[in-house]
Amino acid sequence: MSDIVEKTLTALPGLFLQNQPGGGPAAAKASFSSRLGSLVRGITALTSKHEEEKLIQQELSSLKATVSAPTTTLKMMKECMVRLIYCEMLGYDASFGYIHAIKLAQQGNLLEKRVGYLAVSLFLHESHELLLLLVNTVVKDLQSTNLVEVCMALTVVSQIFPREMIPAVLPLIEDKLQHSKEIIRRKAVLALYKFHLIAPNQVQHIHIKFRKALCDRDVGVMAASLHIYLRMIKENSSGYKDLTGSFVTILKQVVGGKLPVDFNYHILLQVLQKYILLLYLTMILTISAIFIFLSLAILFECVHTVYSIYPKSELLEKAAKCIGKFVLSPKINLKYLGLKALTYVIQQDPTLALQHQMTIIECLDHPDPIIKRETLELLYRITNAQNVTVIVQKMLEYLHQSKEEYVIVNLVGKIADVLVLNTVDTYAPDNAWFIQTMNAVFSVGGDVMHPDIPNNFLRLLAEGFDDETEDQQLRLYAVQSYLTLLDMENVFYPQRFLQVMSWVLGEYSYLLDKETPAEVIAKLYKLLMNDSVSSETKTWLIAAVTKLTPQAHSSDTVERLIHEFTISLDTCMRQHAFELKHLHENVELMKSLLPVDRSCEDLAVDASLSFLDGFVAEGLSQGAAPYKPHHQRQEEKLSQEKVLNFEPYGLSFSSSGFTGRQSPAGISLGSDISGNSAETGLKETNSLKLEGIKKLWGKEGYLPKKESKTGDESGALPIPQESIMENVDQAITKKDQSQVLTQSKEEKEKQLLASSLFVGLGSESTVNLLGKADTVSHKFRRKSKIKEAKSGETSSTHNMTCSSFSSLSNVAYEDDYYLNTLHDRGDKELKTFSLNSELLDSESLTELPLVEKFSNCSLSTPSLFADNSMEIFHPPQSIAASVAKESSLASSFLEETTEYIHSNAMEVCNNETISVSSYKIWKDDCLLMVWSVTNKSGLELKSANLEIFPAENFKVTEQPGCCLPIMEAESTKSFQYSVQIEKPFTEGILSGFISYHMMDTHSAQLEFSVNLSLLDFIRPLKISSEDFGKLWLSFANDVKQNVKMSESQAALSSALKTLQQKLRLHIIEIIGNEGLLACQLLPSIPCLLHCRVYADVLALWFRSSCSTLPDYLLYQCQKVMEGS
Amino acid sequence: MIQAILVFNNHGKPRLVRFYQRFPEEIQQQIVRETFHLVLKRDDNICNFLEGGSLIGGSDYKLIYRHYATLYFVFCVDSSESELGILDLIQVFVETLDKCFENVCELDLIFHMDKVHYILQEVVMGGMVLETNMNEIVAQIEAQNRLEKSEVNRVLLCRPG
Repeated sequence: MSDIVEKTLTALPGLFLQNQPGGGPAAAKASFSSRLGSLVRGITALTSKHEEEKLIQQELSSLKATVSAPTTTLKMMKECMVRLIYCEMLGYDASFGYIHAIKLAQQGNLLEKRVGYLAVSLFLHESHELLLLLVNTVVKDLQSTNLVEVCMALTVVSQIFPREMIPAVLPLIEDKLQHSKEIIRRKAVLALYKFHLIAPNQVQHIHIKFRKALCDRDVGVMAASLHIYLRMIKENSSGYKDLTGSFVTILKQVVGGKLPVDFNYHILLQVLQKYILLLYLTMILTISAIFIFLSLAILFECVHTVYSIYPKSELLEKAAKCIGKFVLSPKINLKYLGLKALTYVIQQDPTLALQHQMTIIECLDHPDPIIKRETLELLYRITNAQNVTVIVQKMLEYLHQSKEEYVIVNLVGKIADVLVLNTVDTYAPDNAWFIQTMNAVFSVGGDVMHPDIPNNFLRLLAEGFDDETEDQQLRLYAVQSYLTLLDMENVFYPQRFLQVMSWVLGEYSYLLDKETPAEVIAKLYKLLMNDSVSSETKTWLIAAVTKLTPQAHSSDTVERLIHEFTISLDTCMRQHAFELKHLHENVELMKSLLPVDRSCEDLAVDASLSFLDGFVAEGLSQGAAPYKPHHQRQEEKLSQEKVLNFEPYGLSFSSSGFTGRQSPAGISLGSDISGNSAETGLKETNSLKLEGIKKLWGKEGYLPKKESKTGDESGALPIPQESIMENVDQAITKKDQSQVLTQSKEEKEKQLLASSLFVGLGSESTVNLLGKADTVSHKFRRKSKIKEAKSGETSSTHNMTCSSFSSLSNVAYEDDYYLNTLHDRGDKELKTFSLNSELLDSESLTELPLVEKFSNCSLSTPSLFADNSMEIFHPPQSIAASVAKESSLASSFLEETTEYIHSNAMEVCNNETISVSSYKIWKDDCLLMVWSVTNKSGLELKSANLEIFPAENFKVTEQPGCCLPIMEAESTKSFQYSVQIEKPFTEGILSGFISYHMMDTHSAQLEFSVNLSLLDFIRPLKISSEDFGKLWLSFANDVKQNVKMSESQAALSSALKTLQQKLRLHIIEIIGNEGLLACQLLPSIPCLLHCRVYADVLALWFRSSCSTLPDYLLYQCQKVMEGS
Repeated sequence: MIQAILVFNNHGKPRLVRFYQRFPEEIQQQIVRETFHLVLKRDDNICNFLEGGSLIGGSDYKLIYRHYATLYFVFCVDSSESELGILDLIQVFVETLDKCFENVCELDLIFHMDKVHYILQEVVMGGMVLETNMNEIVAQIEAQNRLEKSEVNRVLLCRPG
C-alpha cells in the first residue's frame, strides 16, 4: 500500500511546477476552482517568504471583510473558515475569525457545524474566554438524537473544554456511557478521561462507571478505559488492586486470540507492571505467543514488564531471548528498541550485555546518531572504574560532533555524573586525565550545562580525597593546566569555565613554586579587561584577585585594577573593588582574613546575630518598635482595615522585658527576636553558596583564624575496593582463539574495544574476548562528606539561643486555639505544668503566666517522646543553663513537636535492620513530616541518609540534621522535613528512600511513601464576622452544593463541629440556621464557607481567591459528612 | 498521550498541524520548524524514532515519524505510548487517507485539509488513540460523507425549479 502512496506522492513536485490542473487526481482538480485552491496556487507560485506574507495579509483582510459582512451566508462562511484554518496553519494570526467559528458551530446545519467545531478546536485553547459561548451549543448537540452531532460534540469536548463548565455537560456525558452505539460509548469514555486529567475531583463519583466501561462488551470501549486506569493507578497504586484479576483476564484473552491485538494493550501492560501478582504464567504465554508486527510493540512492553516485576529465572530467560531477537534484528527500529530494553535490564543483569557486546560495539559506530546515543546511554549505565576512560572518550567524541543543545546538556550531565557527582567515589583513574576530561566537558558544555556540575567539581577539588599529597597534586595540576589554557591567545572559553578557573587559581595558586602570585594576577587582570567576559564572571575574577593579593607583595596590577574598577558603572564590581582597596591598605588584616587553603572549613554563622543584642536593646530603649517576623507583619496588614479591634490583645511581654535588661551576659529577649529575624533570613538564603567563603564573623564578632575542624573527621570509612574477579570462561576463550585466526584486523580492534568496555561487568561469568584486562588502580575515593553539616550547625546555634525559650513564652498565646479544640475533643490527655516565677532569673521577666502545655502523645507514639518529654520541663535553673550552653537538636525538636498536634506514628517501611515510621505535625505555618528511623540491629549504621523525591505538588524543605554520620545500635533518630503545598490537590504521595551503610560496608536502601491529603495543609483562619463579610465579597471563585446530613448530625451545630474537628475549619459565628466558617490553605490562601440548613440538607457555599480550592474542599466536606 | 501531530512536506511547508496541548502560536510554528530540521537531517534507512526536541516537554517526549515520498508524518508522544504502536498508527492513518482519497497525494492534503482533519478525528481524539482498525475508520468517514451528500441533495431539491 505504501508503495502506491509513494508513487503518487513522487509525482507531486512535477505537478506543482507545471501547475497543470489536468495532471492531478480528480479530487484535486475539482477544488482548483475553489478560492482555497487559488490561494494555495498563489502561495506556491511565490518565491520569497516576504511575498508570501504580503499575499496572506491581503487574503486575511479580504476574509475579514467577508466574514463580518451581514450578507455572508453560512455556506460561504464555511468556505472562509477553511481558508482561515489554512492561514493559521501557516502561522498567521486570524483571531478576528474566532467568534465567527463559534457562530458557525452554533447556527449552521450539520456540515457547517462540523467545520465550525473543527475551526474552534484548532483556533482556541482551554482557557480562552470565547469558549464559554460554545458551552450551550455543546450541551444542545449532546442531547441531539443525531448520532453524528453527538459524536462531534464529544470530540470537541475531549479536545477543548473550559474546566469550570464541566459540571454543565458531565451528566450528559455520563449518560452516554450507556448508549447503545459503541462508538459513542468509546468517545464518552475518552471525554471523561480528559475531564479526569484537567479536573480529577469532579469525576471522582463516576469511578464505578469506569469499572463498567472496563467490562464493556465492546473491545474498543474497554481499551479506551485502560487510559483512565493507567493514570489512576500511577497516582495511587494500592487503590485498584482488586482490578488486577480483570486486567489479567483481558491479557489472557488477547493472548488466547479471543480479542484482536489492538493498539492500546501496551497500556494494559504498563498498568499491570504496577501489580506484581502472579502474572508469570500469563507472561510466559504472552511472550511465546506473539510474533506479528504490531504485537512486537506488546512484546517489547512484555520484556519491560518482566524486568519490572519480581524477577523469576524462567521468565528472565525468555525475556533475554526476546531482547536478543530485538537487538540482532536487521530492522533498525527493532534494534533501537532492543538497545532500549538492554538499557533497562543492564543493571539487573550485566551478563546480558556481555552476550551482545559485539552488537553494541557495532551500534557505537552506527551512522544513526539516535542509535549511537542510545548505545552511549547503555554504556553509561555500565560504567565502572575500569572502563571509564574508554566510555568517557566515546562520549566526548559524540559530544564534539553534535550541535543540538539538548544533546549537549544531557551528555555533559552524564559525563560529569560519572566523574564528579558520584557521591561515594569518582571513577577517574588519574589526575591528568581527570582534569583534562573536565576541561573538555567545561569547554564544550559551557554555559548550557547544569550549574551543579561546576559547583560539585569545585567541591571535589576543595574537599579532596583521603590522601592529602594526592589532593595537592590534583590541585596543582588543575592550576597548571588552567594557566596553560589562559596563555593561549584568541581562544574563548564559556563563562562557567572561566569562573571555575578563577576560583581554582584564587585558591590554589600558592601551590605553584615558579610562578609568583603576581603573574597569576596579571593573567586574571587581562581577562578582567576582556569585553567578552560577563559581569558575573568578572566578580569571580575579582574575588580570585582579592585572594591572591595578600600573597603577592605589592603588585602594580592590583593598584591598576583598583583604580580601574572603583569607577566601574557596575555597582557590584565597584563594591568588590572598594573592598579590595580597603583591604589592600591593611595587608596584615587581609592575610588573616583570607588565609591560604581554608576553603572547606565549616562556617559557624551566628544566625541569631546575638552580637547585635546591645544595638537592638539600645534601639528599643530609645523607643523603636520591636522587630516583627514576616508572618506577623502580614497578619497585621490583613487586619489593618479593621476599624475596631474586637479581639483581646495578645500578651505584651516584650516591652517590659527589654527596658530592664541590657547585660549581654544573660539570655535576652533581644536575641530571641533577632533570632526570629535570622530564621526568616536563613530560609530565604538557604540556596546561598557558602563554599569558598571564609568564616569571618562569629558570635564574638570578627573571628581571627580559628581552627575548627568539626565535620571532616566524621566522614565514613571508604569502601574497600571490590576485588574484581578475572575469571575467564574457558570454553569461550577457546572459541575465541579459534576465531582469532580468521579475524580481520578491524574485528580485532573492535574486540579490543569491547574488552575494554565490558571489563568489570559480571563477576563470575566475565566474557573477556581477548582474555586479559588492565586493572586500573582506583585512586580516588571521596570522603563521604556531610553536605548539610554547615546548615545544620548554623541552625543549631540558632536553636540554641531561642528555641527552648521561645517555646515556653509563646506557648501561652500560640496554643490557645489548640486549647479550645483540645478541650472540645476532650479525649486528649492534658498535662498541666506550672512553672513558677523563678523561671528566668530575677533580672528578666519577673512574672511568667502560668503556662499550660499540652502533650497529646498518646501511648502509641514512639518512645522518643515518652523518654524525653521530661527534658523540656527541666527545673527552671537548668533551663537557663541549657539555653545558655547546650541544646541538642533532639530536644529542640521535641519542644517544637509538643506544641502542635501531631498524628500517630505509622510504620512506612522496615527490614531486618531498620524500621521507619512517620508522623505528621500540623504546624501553624507548614506541615512538618517526621520520619523516625529505628536501628533494630545490634550493629551501628553509617551515614544514614534520608532523601525525599521531589513531588510536583509539594515543596519539601529539609530541616537540619538529615544526614547522620553514625547511628548507634538499637537507637532511634528522626529526620524532619517541612512540606509546603504548591498547588491544591486532593491526595498526594510523598515518597523517598533511606540509605545507610552497615558495618561490613554493605550499603542498603529502602523506599517508602506517605499519603498526604489536602487537609494536612488546611489551618483555621481566625477572622471576625465583619472581615468575613468583606472577604466574601472580594472573592470571585465559588462553589455551591447541597449535602444530605445523616441522622446523627441533624443539628447545624453538630454538623459544624464535625467540620471543625475533621477539616480544621474555624467557626466564626452561628446565626440561626446559618453558619460562617473560614480556613486557609497554607501558606495563605483563605477560603470561606457559608452553611445553611434546610430540613436534613446542608447547603454548603464556598468562596476563595483560589479557583480550585473550593472544589477540593467541597469534596473533603462531602467525604466527612458521609463518613460520620 | 499524543502531544502533537505534524505533517509537512520535504521543504518544511506544514500540511497538517494538530496540537493536543496548548502552545502559543509562535511556539507552534517554532516546533514545526525545529521538528522539520531534526527530521530532515535523517536518512531514510535509519530508525524512525527521535528523542527530545527541547521544545515539547524535554526528555519525556519522543518524536516518531515516517517519510512518504514528499511528506513527513511526525507524531510527538509522551513516554506512555509505545514506539512501534505509534509507527503502526501512522501507517494506518496514511492507509486510511489513501482509501478515502483514492490514491492520496500531497495536493489532497492541501485542498481537503478539513477532510483530513475529520479523518484524524476518528483516529485520534483529544490526544488519545480512538480507533486503529482501518475499516472502522473508513466506515465512520463514509457515514459522514453520506450525510454530506444527502445534505447537498436536500439543498438541490429545495431549490425552486
